[in-house]
Amino acid sequence: MVIDVLHISKLANLTLNDKEIKLFEKQLSSVLDYIQKLQQVNTDNIGETSQITGLVNITRKDENTPSLQQPDAIANGKKIHNGLFEVNAILEQ
Amino acid sequence: MKNLTLKSAKEKLIKKEISAKELTKFYLERIKKLDKEINSFNIVCEKEALEQAEKADKLLSEKQDLPLLGIPIAIKDLFSTKGVQTTASSNVLKGYIPPYDATVIQKLKDAGAIILGKTNCDAWAHGSSGENSDFGPTKNPWDQTRTPGGSSSGSASAVTADFALASTGTDTGGSIRLPASFTNTVGLKPTYGRVSRYGVIAMASSLDSIGHFTKTVEDSALFLNITAGKDQMDATTPDVPVPDYTKSLNQDIKGLRIGVPKEFFIDGLDLKIRQAIKNALKFYEEEGAEIIEVSLPNTEHAIATYYIIQPAEVSSNLARYDGIRYGNSRESFGAEAKRRIMLGTFTLSVGYYDAYYKKAMRIRTLIKQDYEKVFEKVDAIVAPVSPSMPWKLGEKINDPLTMYLSDIFTVTGNLAGIPGLSVPAGFSEGLPIGMQISGPQFSEELLFRLGHKFEINHDFYTKQPEL
Repeated sequence: MVIDVLHISKLANLTLNDKEIKLFEKQLSSVLDYIQKLQQVNTDNIGETSQITGLVNITRKDENTPSLQQPDAIANGKKIHNGLFEVNAILEQ
Repeated sequence: MKNLTLKSAKEKLIKKEISAKELTKFYLERIKKLDKEINSFNIVCEKEALEQAEKADKLLSEKQDLPLLGIPIAIKDLFSTKGVQTTASSNVLKGYIPPYDATVIQKLKDAGAIILGKTNCDAWAHGSSGENSDFGPTKNPWDQTRTPGGSSSGSASAVTADFALASTGTDTGGSIRLPASFTNTVGLKPTYGRVSRYGVIAMASSLDSIGHFTKTVEDSALFLNITAGKDQMDATTPDVPVPDYTKSLNQDIKGLRIGVPKEFFIDGLDLKIRQAIKNALKFYEEEGAEIIEVSLPNTEHAIATYYIIQPAEVSSNLARYDGIRYGNSRESFGAEAKRRIMLGTFTLSVGYYDAYYKKAMRIRTLIKQDYEKVFEKVDAIVAPVSPSMPWKLGEKINDPLTMYLSDIFTVTGNLAGIPGLSVPAGFSEGLPIGMQISGPQFSEELLFRLGHKFEINHDFYTKQPEL
């Protein structure tokens, strides 16, 4: 099976160069061929396991607790303006 | 101070035969002298470690009784450490200084442990050899041309090279057990949820288990006493009581039923490993355990299932790295992270979700049921950790699928959420061999008991690599 690497990289917000596109196409296709074999396993009437703890709906009281202060929360940001993260515009006028 | 265990170091500290500062300096000097070649540490926290050691000495002089007081340890660079750079060995997080500690780090600090530094690993814990690190591969101290296994490569090498008394690791598909088996160390992958994941950089959230490396099984039990337990900050930690894991170590193993899964003794299994596991089974039989052949028929589907579920969760977890709030841009991702993000994005995309992701979740159910059926007949399972001996660095790096297949005996444990302990089981031509002891969820006491029995009768842990 051949995978459309360019399309997938756009969905995943990754920028790839031509060399990477070629390499990943080959490598990912061989992995896909391998996982393809699961199609032969009979899973009729078998439920899905997305987690194995058996826990359901873990909640806590909706109470304020001490949390990160703003200076700590933004300390690792590269572009900070007035104590806020600065990002590129995503909508045009 | 060479070749101490956590337990023996603790005794020496309490008896004042050594001070925490002397012990910390001993390890810092070894790292300085010998780690240039091994590359097990991303950063060493010399100043902080010596400060912590001074504090520990003060508390020791006041006769404070903390379980790890004055014990120098190493931390996989996947655990958030307040004020200390945490990178997951990826250029994406180069320069990132976490503003908080992971729950496990907080617990270790509260227990009096001294953090020597952050250890190298495959970037984002993606890999089985350590070679996917953006900061260069870690070498195996037993043969520096070979891999120490991955992804927790630095943590394993640091313990066997006597750079630290213990180290933390993470295991999503074998990342603790495989490197433990390649380095003559004891590696515990606890039950999923036994140890909090809060503050540990997420790889695949339904599979990630937080464990550790030590020199002995007894040390592993001591360490789990500190890290285990429910955490308000991690909703996947069940409220199961935490026993004193060291209490039951010496209980007899007579009458225990040990399962040997026939699917783990395949043609591709290295003969030297097969022999070492056979010897271990013979030992257990002589000690009064009953050896029973069992079957885990869906083992053959495990890697394929894992390589759908795990990249799917990886693609979701790595979506958060945007370079805006912290870290660098997505262009800094290495090849393996890109591969996994794309594989996961693909299997979760419209038109493929049912055929891949849903199918894999159903087969995960079958794998879990395989274990449930087997644990009706036996108390624990003994098997190899790896089908092959530590391979040469560079040997598998250009073939991702071959690299993925090296986790064939470990991924099933993650898919089923059960614990696994890798214990030194011998050597072949100077290279270590590990055996894997697994049991039902929350059976860590039993795994330690079986591992300890083997260990005290074989003493493989006293052997050290020449550096």
